[in-house]
Amino acid sequence: MKKLLEVKDLVIKFALRTGEVTATNGVSFTLKKGERLGLVGESGAGKSVTGFSIINLISKPGYIAAGKVDFLGEDLAKIGDEKMRSIRGNRISMIFQDPMMTLNPVLTIGTQMTETLHQHNPQMGKEEARNIALDKLRKVYIPSPEKRLDQYPHEFSGGMRQRIIIAIALLTDPELIIADEPTTALDVTIQAEIMELLIELCETEDMGLILITHDLAVVGQVTQNIAVMYAGSVVEKGPTAQVIAEPQHPYTQGLIAALPQSSRHGERLNQIPGMMPTLKDIPPGCAFNPRCNQVMDICKTETPGLRPGKNGNLAACHLYPPGQEEQG
Amino acid sequence: MSDPLLTVKNLYKHFDISGGFLDQIGFSGGKFTRTRTLVKAVNNISFELKAGETFSVVGESGCGKSTLGRTIMGLYPPNSGEILYRGDRIDGLDHQRMLPYRKKMQMVFQDPYASLNPRKTIRQALGDPLCYHNPQLNDGEVKDRIDEVMLQVGGDPQWISRMPHEFSGGQRQRISIARALIVDPEFVVADEPISALDVSIQAQILNLMMDLQQQYNLAYLFVAHDLSVVEHLSDRVGVMYLGTMCELSETGILFERPRHPYTQALMSAIPKLTGGASDHMRLKGEVPTPINLPSGCVFHGRCPHVNQRCIDEIPQLCTLNDGRQVACHGVEEGRI
Repeated sequence: MKKLLEVKDLVIKFALRTGEVTATNGVSFTLKKGERLGLVGESGAGKSVTGFSIINLISKPGYIAAGKVDFLGEDLAKIGDEKMRSIRGNRISMIFQDPMMTLNPVLTIGTQMTETLHQHNPQMGKEEARNIALDKLRKVYIPSPEKRLDQYPHEFSGGMRQRIIIAIALLTDPELIIADEPTTALDVTIQAEIMELLIELCETEDMGLILITHDLAVVGQVTQNIAVMYAGSVVEKGPTAQVIAEPQHPYTQGLIAALPQSSRHGERLNQIPGMMPTLKDIPPGCAFNPRCNQVMDICKTETPGLRPGKNGNLAACHLYPPGQEEQG
Repeated sequence: MSDPLLTVKNLYKHFDISGGFLDQIGFSGGKFTRTRTLVKAVNNISFELKAGETFSVVGESGCGKSTLGRTIMGLYPPNSGEILYRGDRIDGLDHQRMLPYRKKMQMVFQDPYASLNPRKTIRQALGDPLCYHNPQLNDGEVKDRIDEVMLQVGGDPQWISRMPHEFSGGQRQRISIARALIVDPEFVVADEPISALDVSIQAQILNLMMDLQQQYNLAYLFVAHDLSVVEHLSDRVGVMYLGTMCELSETGILFERPRHPYTQALMSAIPKLTGGASDHMRLKGEVPTPINLPSGCVFHGRCPHVNQRCIDEIPQLCTLNDGRQVACHGVEEGRI
């Protein structure tokens, strides 16, 4: 299958008054056409910043210090604002967490949708833009779209708003959608509907999806591949089912064991001691070493690269022999 | 069976949102009319809670689960119904007579960033409730008790001279739990205590809550929307929809085979780790507003098994053979 996106050795830094901090430290992953990838991690792991960097949404004082973002042969990290505008919101769309914040409360849904279309195609007629908007609203199963198009965001429920956001993201038939915690603000029954919708749309429209979330169960349902991030680095990646069934990195193992499961009712949950270091004081060696239950001497001095674990998934851990190392 | 620690009988809590007198005045058909708008947040809820038990209330946002917890704590006065603590009515008590019960009932809130006063040191945050309820304690005793409770929640007694902003979310939630425990309660209402925390920290706090429960025989009223957490830690679960309790049962029985159509839909929506195709049962429509409650069963507009009786008559909780209570005409008639 054709490669859609390749992020390679991406380093994002923030130049703060108190000194420079590294938000991501050499993140690499690839996405094929139509593939759904989950970017998982706890808050502060660098997953959102990675997602934002793809469409150059990192604002000062942050900047891309090294690495490339190859989107169908173009390096988005170096492409410049003018060209970026023709890709962002057009060929790559983004869905944000909070559907209340992303819609403009004083404009109708129709205005907001046709505005996007005109931005990317100024020649488009009003009638045509409206028809495209209607078509997309139908795709995300908004009932009576003709009426809804002239309504304001406050007239919609949270789940409906998120559907509209998805419809807006679809307007320009993008090849890639980046969804940053799209269901976190929603109830569980609505979340299930939105996830089903995303899967369906990716399949029918042959779109790539990068799903950024902290919820492993959501990733388990939606994505084919997964990259687990910790303190700015990818610590494990592989096919979703395999990573969840047989996690190789001690952090992933701890994270999955920390989830309550019905078979162990009332037992103590497995807990990872301590918490994720802040970007300012990431420990030397493997960033996870102070919390790891299988820590060795080498972990405290040398940063492990990604290498194949027991089942072939890549894990950045000294437990496995360094092989064809891939920096990441 | 021992006597219940807490009994809630036919509890109603409505909020009047009609605003001032002028906002209520309308003009229609040549006459002035006065309309009042009520949000019917909690309607006819009854349940019991035993000492040392964890009872969870689950439901989606707006179903009234937090209002229920707050009404029981006396933060909102109920419109009607009874709340009994060890057999004594505690609803509608004045401040003085409520005091002894306040010591026995404590609350842990969702957002550890909002629930600690940013201008108070941890020592003040913990010491104030302790001194308020135990004015006879001297400074040394207060300090000993604060140190003791800090150790119990896995904190460090060194923390007490610091301010809330110096702590992470998980640490703050430990401090919030310490503040609840410092007066030796028997009953704790935990309103979404872990939903603002990261996964690996959630496990730490849940373990802490389970340990403390064993140690002190605490009863929890656990208000949550995360069903897998609820399944893990509760003895019994009540499922709420639009202010009413639609199913109430022991955890194992409920999760194995939910009976109420809403519970079934809710459970089918839980994302499962071991992925694959989901068997999600899609509900039609959206949750109606609690201002204009549907007639009959509040779920009838979205229920796949609806019939005329559901539209006309409000179902009452009835007890099935396996001990669970379900408020559904279909289950009662054996249709579902």
